[in-house]
Amino acid sequence: MDLYQQLIIEHSKRPHGSGLREPFGAQVHHVNPTCGDEVTLRVDVADDGTVRDVSYDAEGCSISRASASVLHDLVVGRPLEQVQRTREAMHGMLTSRGEDAGDEDVLGDGVALAGVSRYPARVKCALLSWSALADAVLRVRPC
Amino acid sequence: MNAAPTLAAAPFDAAELAALRADFPILSRTTRSGRPLVYLDSGATSQKPLAVLDAERRFYTEHNAAVHRGAHQLAEEATDAFEAARAAVGAFVGAPAHEVVFTKNATESLNLVAHAFSTSTAYAQRGSAPQGQRVDPRFVLAEGDEVLVTEAEHHANLVPWQELCARTGAVLRWVGVTDDGLLDADALDGLVTERTRVVAFAHASNVLGAVADVARFVAAARRVGAVTVLDACQSVPHLGVDLPALGVDLAAFSGHKALGPSGVGVLWGRAELLEAMPPFLTGGSMIELVRMERSTYAPAPQKFEAGVPMAAQAVGLHAAVDYLRALAPGGRGMERVEAHERALTALLLERLAELPWVRVVGPAAAADRVGLVSFVLEGVHAHDVGQLLDDEGVAVRVGHHCAWPLHRRLGAAATTRVSFGPYNQPSDVDAVLRGLHRAHELFA
Ligand SMILES: Cc1ncc(COP(=O)(O)O)c(C=O)c1O
Repeated sequence: MDLYQQLIIEHSKRPHGSGLREPFGAQVHHVNPTCGDEVTLRVDVADDGTVRDVSYDAEGCSISRASASVLHDLVVGRPLEQVQRTREAMHGMLTSRGEDAGDEDVLGDGVALAGVSRYPARVKCALLSWSALADAVLRVRPC
Repeated sequence: MNAAPTLAAAPFDAAELAALRADFPILSRTTRSGRPLVYLDSGATSQKPLAVLDAERRFYTEHNAAVHRGAHQLAEEATDAFEAARAAVGAFVGAPAHEVVFTKNATESLNLVAHAFSTSTAYAQRGSAPQGQRVDPRFVLAEGDEVLVTEAEHHANLVPWQELCARTGAVLRWVGVTDDGLLDADALDGLVTERTRVVAFAHASNVLGAVADVARFVAAARRVGAVTVLDACQSVPHLGVDLPALGVDLAAFSGHKALGPSGVGVLWGRAELLEAMPPFLTGGSMIELVRMERSTYAPAPQKFEAGVPMAAQAVGLHAAVDYLRALAPGGRGMERVEAHERALTALLLERLAELPWVRVVGPAAAADRVGLVSFVLEGVHAHDVGQLLDDEGVAVRVGHHCAWPLHRRLGAAATTRVSFGPYNQPSDVDAVLRGLHRAHELFA
């Protein structure tokens, strides 16, 4: 089974950036109603549009926890425009039904999540923290 | 001297099981991992034997017509087949045909009942009941009247009651679940008050597997004249059930969990109560006389069956209950189904008890359960457990199983549920255990 790459298991066991921190510009709570997974996520964005911190409390399966951990790695310290492109690349890969293996230059460890796209029931788990991030960013930076 | 013990029904032996399994073609397919399918999600929906598929096909190839409409030969044959299904499904649960309402599923049946209360309440407040429909005080709710459910209910037997309360000003109360994952039946007497008008509860929990003490609920409800509503979704497919003998007033179950097709469910109710209840869905077929200003309605059960009904599915459900009854001589098949599923449940419970990293929810003994077991693997999310079982070809349910408040109470975001059907075999339990060991090794 190509779903549980060693990288995913490591991220899920020792998630990067886990825990809620201050200061933050917005906090959101997203749930996956089919399985009850939940994430509370905070973002802190600097005036120049750099994401200073993403902190979160994720309750869920290994895929959703690993995805949140990867998100933290890919987003903190980056400008919002780049975060938006990363989010789109992640979304594209996860919903590709196995067609898009992901670009490691853009998604880093996140390419280990490519296998998820072949399991439609799990795509939502991997997307949970990313949807929460999009929502939180909208709240700090309404477009 | 002791009376001779009644002979307990036995589980199916290997030869019987092989013959039974051959009736379910889907059980011989393989899954994406290349392994044979091990189907352990019958609590969500059961698989269907060829007899059911053949009956549905025969209806379409030979008798198809709109039921209760038209005078041509096909319409008569289709109507006869539909009404024969009503009689057979009723007999399967000990009820006469005229007390059986066909719905699309148990969820619709329960909504129908909840709406009988709010519609009666509106009729009473506005004096607007249709001619011929008496407004029965048992269905009229006043502000502050109480609806009692349990904390272990499936959303289908919870949300319709929440909405009823929102429409009428009634108050929802519930029997809690103890730390051991059992219904706090001792609290029942204190919770049933003079204000209680409805007591709605599951015969068997779809998560805990526990079989409710129906007599106790019924006695408490009767004391105050409350209407009892039984969610029989997880009992009727797995135990021999005589609904009228249980003493409840109304009961709901779904055909698709009892080897029948999807799209057909049942509401059973005492004839006198069904007559007292106003219609839910309205339109064609359920009327007596229609004028532009207002209409009058057919007697039950037709009153509750608006529109062209699911005739082929009802015919399929007829074949399903015939199939189940025929699994033992004298139409006593359900006794063997129960014994068989209980033996598998006991085997699974025994194997899980050997694993210190598995926490089973619900009663410890198979004797107190229907054939399903939900559990938590320490340190492993149910989704990951389900995925690794899937990789073994094993289909189980993971998540909150539409019982989110219960999971919150149990302190588990999600559980893994193994649920049996008559076609499961001891080696299916081995397959589960293989997957659980893999999940434990990978994640814990
Ligand atoms: C206890 C219980 N009640 C109600 C339901 C709802 O059944 P349906 O979805 O067929 O209406 C189910 C099935 O999931 C159930 O297990």
